[in-house]
Amino acid sequence: MSLSYFLIQTLNGVQYGFLLFLVASGLTLVFGIMGVINLAHGAFYMVGAYLAWWFAEQTGSFVLALLLSLPVTVLLGLATERFAIRYLYARDHLYQVLFTYGLILILNELQRLLFGNDVHGLPIPAPLAGSIPLTEAQSYPIYRIFLSFTCIAVAAALYLLIQRTRLGMVIRAGSTHREMVSALGFDIARLFMVVFGLGVALAAFAGMIAAPVNTVYPGMGDHILIISFVVVVIGGIGSIKGAFVGAMVVGIADTFGRVLLPTGAGVVVYAVMALVLLWRPQGLFGRTV
Amino acid sequence: MPHHPRIALALLALGAVFLAVFPLWGDTFYIRFIARIMIFALFAMSLDLLVGYAGLVSLGHAAFFGLAVYVVAGLVNKAGVTSAFVLLPAALGAAAIAAAAIGWISIRTTGVYFIMITLALAQMVYYFFHDQKEWGGTDGMNIDSKPTVMLGDLKLFDFYDRVQFYYLALGCLVAAFVLLTVILRSPFGHTLVGIRANEGRMRALGYDVQRYKLIAFVIAGTLAGLAGFLEAARATFATPAHLGWHESGHVLMIVILGGMGTLFGPILGAFVMLLMEDYFATLTERWLLIMGVFVILVVMLLPDGIAGVLRRVGRLGRRGAGDG
Repeated sequence: MSLSYFLIQTLNGVQYGFLLFLVASGLTLVFGIMGVINLAHGAFYMVGAYLAWWFAEQTGSFVLALLLSLPVTVLLGLATERFAIRYLYARDHLYQVLFTYGLILILNELQRLLFGNDVHGLPIPAPLAGSIPLTEAQSYPIYRIFLSFTCIAVAAALYLLIQRTRLGMVIRAGSTHREMVSALGFDIARLFMVVFGLGVALAAFAGMIAAPVNTVYPGMGDHILIISFVVVVIGGIGSIKGAFVGAMVVGIADTFGRVLLPTGAGVVVYAVMALVLLWRPQGLFGRTV
Repeated sequence: MPHHPRIALALLALGAVFLAVFPLWGDTFYIRFIARIMIFALFAMSLDLLVGYAGLVSLGHAAFFGLAVYVVAGLVNKAGVTSAFVLLPAALGAAAIAAAAIGWISIRTTGVYFIMITLALAQMVYYFFHDQKEWGGTDGMNIDSKPTVMLGDLKLFDFYDRVQFYYLALGCLVAAFVLLTVILRSPFGHTLVGIRANEGRMRALGYDVQRYKLIAFVIAGTLAGLAGFLEAARATFATPAHLGWHESGHVLMIVILGGMGTLFGPILGAFVMLLMEDYFATLTERWLLIMGVFVILVVMLLPDGIAGVLRRVGRLGRRGAGDG
């Protein structure tokens, strides 16, 4: 393996890791704060990608497509919480699993009904379409670098929102002392609705910005969901920091797994997860199990 | 110690008689279809031991079912072995070993961790078979032959005969029901239910909680393997979908629809679920949409499943009798 090839693969792994972090942070946020396990998280990723593709087809502009699809997915998330998830907080995780499983069936079928079974490509917006040459033969696409920086920006914004704002403070308090926050006069129901909407938006946004590199296809949410679970389990459920480390571990392990072990590529990340769990059953940054 | 409401017992007895005599006049299509339903009932019942009794919500149960399918497929297609005397122990053994390995890692955790980890580890088995190109990859592969049961030159059982196969599936279902009833009435079963109710107390009483959970996990995985063996013999087809998490979610839904924590619930659930799927599939190509809505309605309105409804009906009946 030449150095530049190694470098490109590392960049690819890190970029995939950033994208996984974006998806997994939404999953871990919703679980850590609301105690809800959301299997439909991957389906929302798919919804985001399909909306971005469809709006881009209609308007001819990727940026406009992002601006139009983001509010739609946020509304979808808020509505899901308001009309369904809200009634499942007190129930066993089992019912949250099954409810969101039903939601996946519905979203997957609606996608096929509305957009068909074809794979769709989304052109990379013109200013970001080039690549940076590394050697005479190899180069690295600018869009992938843009993708990484967008993920970093969103992660930073998320960190500031949770750690530095008043809303974030109330959210953090609500995750551990729900009744007390409610007794102090905060509308905890609305707060949780916002958190769920934020979680859905993170998944959908990841789907949107990844669409130009990963294409848009039926069932695309399933794979990302399982991989996000692996990320969250490695990092520790409910920990944003853990999601970041887990995403990097999985992104790099998966990328190099594909290069070094082509026939067993799918298994590599799960083997890494199993090893981490044998060592720390609660994940790298998890609190108690 | 499954506690069966009287109305459920009556229904169960009636159902057993119906199933026993059905092939005498039943349409061939339905003989085949009910054999398939009984295989899924067995599969769901094995999961109910974990979800309903041990309190372990596994979202990776299809791994053991699908692994058994692939073991049969591999031995028949690659090694030319067709004897059920080899295939059955191999399928059950593989499922048991996989359950021991996956169980060993996942029972260290509880709750939502357990759900995610069983799901992820099962997906590892899924991708293993998914990535094997010579095993058909995503498309799966046909199994060249059904199992054979020969004693010398004497054919003892014919897997190709749909009525014989029907009774085999029924026999396995009844045997699993009896086995699980015996297990749950034994001290082992009582301990398991105790662990679900209050794990800390059971540990304080000196029970090796992890060992009980692991044994339950292996029993459930092995029974899922039996269902997988039957499915391989029935469908003569192996695909990664047999192992995937959609199948795990599907069988979990069957358990909840029927009513968890009752061994007859998964049987009822399998009949209702598969008959509904079959019916909706004749109406529209997008029948999964209807099933999705149905799943959500059951979760919201019938958390105790059909068994819960029967229990309520039974209670009403008793109250009515008491008043009179």
